[in-house]
Amino acid sequence: MFKFISRRSDLPLDHDAHSRFLPWLIAFMVFLAVLAMAGMFMLNTIAERWDQGVTGTLTVQISPAEDPSEDDPRLQAVLKVLASTKAIDRYEVISDERVLKLLEPWLGGVANSKDLPLPRLVDVELHSGAQLNAIKLTNQINKIAPGTRVDDHRIWLDRLVSLIRTVQMLATAVLFFIGFATVGTVVFTTRTGLAIHSEAIEVLHLIGAQDAYIARQFASRALALGLAGGLLGLALGIPTLMGIGYLIGRMDGFLVPSLQLGAYDWVIVGFLPIGVAVIATVTARMTVLRSLRRML
Amino acid sequence: MAFSGLNNEESNRSEDQVIVATDRASDEAIVRFENVGLRYGLGPEVLKDVNFALQKGSFHFLIGESGAGKSSLLKLIYLALKPSRGLISLFGHDIATTPRPDLPALRRRVGVVFQEFKLLNHLSAYDNVALPLRVAGARESVVKKHVSELLAWVGLEQHMQARPPTLSGGQQQRVSIARAIIARPRLLLADEPTGNVDDVMGFRLMHLFEELNRLGTTVVIATHNMQVVERLGHGRLLLDDGRLTMENARAKVAPKAENLVAGGRQEALVAAEAAAAADSFGKYPGDSETFGDPSSLKNYP
Repeated sequence: MFKFISRRSDLPLDHDAHSRFLPWLIAFMVFLAVLAMAGMFMLNTIAERWDQGVTGTLTVQISPAEDPSEDDPRLQAVLKVLASTKAIDRYEVISDERVLKLLEPWLGGVANSKDLPLPRLVDVELHSGAQLNAIKLTNQINKIAPGTRVDDHRIWLDRLVSLIRTVQMLATAVLFFIGFATVGTVVFTTRTGLAIHSEAIEVLHLIGAQDAYIARQFASRALALGLAGGLLGLALGIPTLMGIGYLIGRMDGFLVPSLQLGAYDWVIVGFLPIGVAVIATVTARMTVLRSLRRML
Repeated sequence: MAFSGLNNEESNRSEDQVIVATDRASDEAIVRFENVGLRYGLGPEVLKDVNFALQKGSFHFLIGESGAGKSSLLKLIYLALKPSRGLISLFGHDIATTPRPDLPALRRRVGVVFQEFKLLNHLSAYDNVALPLRVAGARESVVKKHVSELLAWVGLEQHMQARPPTLSGGQQQRVSIARAIIARPRLLLADEPTGNVDDVMGFRLMHLFEELNRLGTTVVIATHNMQVVERLGHGRLLLDDGRLTMENARAKVAPKAENLVAGGRQEALVAAEAAAAADSFGKYPGDSETFGDPSSLKNYP
């Protein structure tokens, strides 16, 4: 197996039992790397989407007064403050009907605005790039409408994005671990090959082969096995990704976005087998060169 | 076209392979040992204060009892070992100060017939013989031409694709010799080359070595076969308990006519074959017009 990309070799590396496992190990590594990388890209998409969708908005929640007749004047006073705030681009009072609809999952259809004191909600949108001190605005509004809350979405959004970035870093670390594991596997396999073929290597050495000539044979073999394993891992990873994407696509919700990788992301994922093959090749070459340096 | 040299047009060797060692001085000794000692690990010295110089084009037998250090001495010459002390100079290069990347170029100028052949069993006879040319970066067309001719010359044209384990001891020996001389070495070392062949083949091999020597190759042959040593009369390197003494060449001893009669069929056969060998090996590719003037040896890597 995998002979189709292996060059003629003076060493019988094709027959090594230990190296037959290498493509399968690399396939497993690449499979994990595909999943980790796709997860990383997906989290990045989510973070950007949330960042763009929610940044620059906040909600003002005016608590109902003890005397319902004071609600409207309080609302107007708050709106006046919002209108005078430079960072605010526009604001919109959310109707009671819509508030009730938002509360329906918790209160049920029996709720009636006349029976239930409802807070007045105002959706506020800031100017693009504007910085607003939410605490200062809260204090200002509370002077005219005590108990009013200003929900700055950026606070929880920042925490959420921070969580996503942490998970992304973990995914990156997983990719590095996969890389290290691949390097370690190739080093082990190459050293075993060097030990098994020590006599043949000695002969090549004694008839005047440069270290690079011997290393090239191991590197060619590692390239072939790495590429074969990488393609196998990719072939397993892509259907898996599509399956996960299909399952996520069946769910409807804001928090579980569809798993859609962009063209650029797919190109990077597609290059994983080549990347792994290059790592395997360079590792094998360096391992052999380092070992041969001990010979005369 | 020259068998005797892979010129730049014929070879496609890469930059790191073209480090061709040059003789620092053409009249300088090919091999020079000065106060060389060798010990394995912390053991006793197996070679003690070895001093000698092999002139270009000389032919020497390395003789001595088993364990005298013959193989160790050869290993030092073909750069498989480092001496524990002393100075070794090969083609005018002090081995101790020669940068490691330059050593392969020196090794390519030394052909070695190993006692245990050291053929690569997974390769065919053809590929085994081709190895020195391939490591030197020769093109496959060049490799094919030279290897085919040389294997035919040593009588293995029917066994080119055979792997060593399927060949007899004598055939393996010939593959080993072909591999040693395919790159037309300037120095040929042979460790007991007649140890695995019958007397007739032994003499034929010796004739081959003499042919190479006649073309300018310096030859050193380690052997126990004193009959061959006496008969050919070349210079001797005598190893005794790790100490080396040199003896100059003597006159060749021709097989005596009475021996041919009294010695029975085997002796007669040996003598007849040895005489016939001169004709059969006279067609050695390196000596034919096809392969040009032996003086083009200087082009060889």
